[in-house]
This record gives sequence, C-alpha cells and structure tokens, in this order.
Amino acid sequence: MRSLLVFLIMAAASGAVVAQEQIDALRGPTPLTDEGEPPRLAKVENRDLRRARNYPEQPPTIPHAIDGYQLDRNYNQCLSCHSRTAIEQSQAPMVSITHFMDREGQILAVVSPRRYFCNQCHVVQHDVQPLVGNDFVDVDSLLIEETGQSSE
Amino acid sequence: MGSWLKRWWLVLTRPSVHFSLAFLTLGGFIAGVIFWGAFNTALEATNTETFCISCHEMQANVYQEIRPTIHFTNRSGVRATCPDCHVPHEWTDKIARKMQASKEVWGAIFGTIDTREKFLEHRLVMAQREWARFTANDSLECRNCHALEYMDFTRQSARAAEQHERFLETGEKTCIDCHKGIAHELPDMSRQASLD
Repeated sequence: MRSLLVFLIMAAASGAVVAQEQIDALRGPTPLTDEGEPPRLAKVENRDLRRARNYPEQPPTIPHAIDGYQLDRNYNQCLSCHSRTAIEQSQAPMVSITHFMDREGQILAVVSPRRYFCNQCHVVQHDVQPLVGNDFVDVDSLLIEETGQSSE
Repeated sequence: MGSWLKRWWLVLTRPSVHFSLAFLTLGGFIAGVIFWGAFNTALEATNTETFCISCHEMQANVYQEIRPTIHFTNRSGVRATCPDCHVPHEWTDKIARKMQASKEVWGAIFGTIDTREKFLEHRLVMAQREWARFTANDSLECRNCHALEYMDFTRQSARAAEQHERFLETGEKTCIDCHKGIAHELPDMSRQASLD
C-alpha cells in the first residue's frame, strides 16, 4: 500500500516536470492530468478556387463548403453538380473518367459504386495551421534540387 | 320529409314574434364574431409546429431530419417551422391546403405511414407532391422569406451568385428545382424518373 502511494506521488511529481514542456504537438503544453482546451472550430474554405495538387494522383480537395450535403444510398448531392449531365448547367468539373471504372478497368455507365462516396477521398479544407509538422517535398522541388530543372 | 322542410321554411321566413330586431341583429353579429374567432383560433392552432409533431409520424421522421439543417439551427437563431414552408400564408390558399390536408388526417387515423418502413416506402410520392406544389406556385413559401429583390449576390459565394444570376434572375428555374432536400432527407432519387 505504501509503495503504491510513493509511486503515485512520484508519478505526479514527474508529471509536473513534464508539464512545463511540449508533450505532444496535438496536446500542447497542457499537463497530462488536465484536459486541454479544444481549439475553436475553424471555418470551411469556400472560395471556389482550385488548389494545387501535391502529387499527380492526389484527389483534388473540395474548394467549397459541403455543409448538410446528402451523400448516402439514396442520393449523392455532389453529383447534382459534378455528374456527366449536370456540368452543363453547373459548369463544375466533371467526375473523372477513372471513377466510372470498376476494378477490372471496365468502364461503367455511371460512377462506380466503389467511387460513389466522394468524401472518402475528397475533403474540404479549413483555414487552420497544421497541428503536426510535415516535411513532404513535392517532386518539382526534388527535381530542381537534383538537376536544376523543373518537371514542366 | 317534405312537411318537415316546409315547417322550417315557414319558421325562417316569418318575422320573429318573441325577439326584437336589435337582439337578432346584434346577437347575430356577436355570434358571428365568436364563431369567426373560434374558427380562426382553431385554424391557427393546427398551423403550428407543436400541432404537426403531435403525431409521431412527423415527430419521428421529418422533424428529426430538419433539426441539424440551416432552417432549424443557425448563427442568428431565426428558424422556419413546419407551416412556414408547408402551408401557404395567404388565407384562400391556406384554406385550400387545409382542405387537402384532411387526407393527412385520414392517413394519421388509419396509419398509412405509422412505421418507419411505411414512411420510407411512401416518402418519394409525398416528396413529389410537395415539389409539384412548390413548382406550381413558383416556390412561394421560399420566397416569403428569401426574396430575389433583397438578395445581395455579393454576399453569396461566387458559385451561388453565378447560379442565381443565371437561373433564378432569368426565371428559368425556381428555388425548388435546385434546392430539393435542404430541410429533409431525400428519398431514393434513382426511382424518381420511373414515377414521373
């Protein structure tokens, strides 16, 4: 019993020491014994301007808000603008042809079921700073560093 | 039958013997006011959200669906209740809609949509009825609050402003053409074409 008490006191003391520094980027300087204050909810970017892709296969991010969009078995609201037939009125980019292929590469008449749920890959962006650092370098920067030429 | 009708006809066409003219006119007037007041009060009582969701068909399905949408909860706390969108605000149209709604009383009594499954089965037909109503009256219930004349396109997102300019301002489309399912979930829309 006493050893447990000593252990607890030591644990608490060491916790207090650690609390002075950054424990974790997501957690911030909040001690482990406390509950951190969550950041304010950020606004979804709604500028309708396409963003660069970090690599060619990157699913493009959604440049507008999609609050309350219905995306279920019954209805796909994204397709109400981005489907093959809707783009004439909406002037939105059409769902890419790769989305009409099944996994054997066979082209279907409509968006393939495996590509139906848009926000599995395409996401909105929030106006926030990244919580965790990232040292991703895109291919152009690598090429310039190696050869002095860009890919384009 | 014939003699009964004749007797009442005689009573109604003869001048009153016991009641004065003032009593009959004033009494008639006051009775009229009371009747009209009661009628209107009852009418307005059935024109509230509390009344709508007193039936579990509305409470458990469509009411739950509107709650997370912008017409129920939003930054400024202004909200639309059921009759704001589903009952015309003008008296004549309101009475017409109320008469149609007697079929909904029938449905409530005989349990046309009293389970979730029955509701989902009927949902497309019911939704199409509302869409047809909105198309026919040029989305009047939307425009009771969202009038084109007072829309500031510069405060809308670029995309919305462009669409409103191309389709709403020209009268090519009406609100409901693009804004289906903003307040309630949409049914299986792939079945829509087969029912049109």
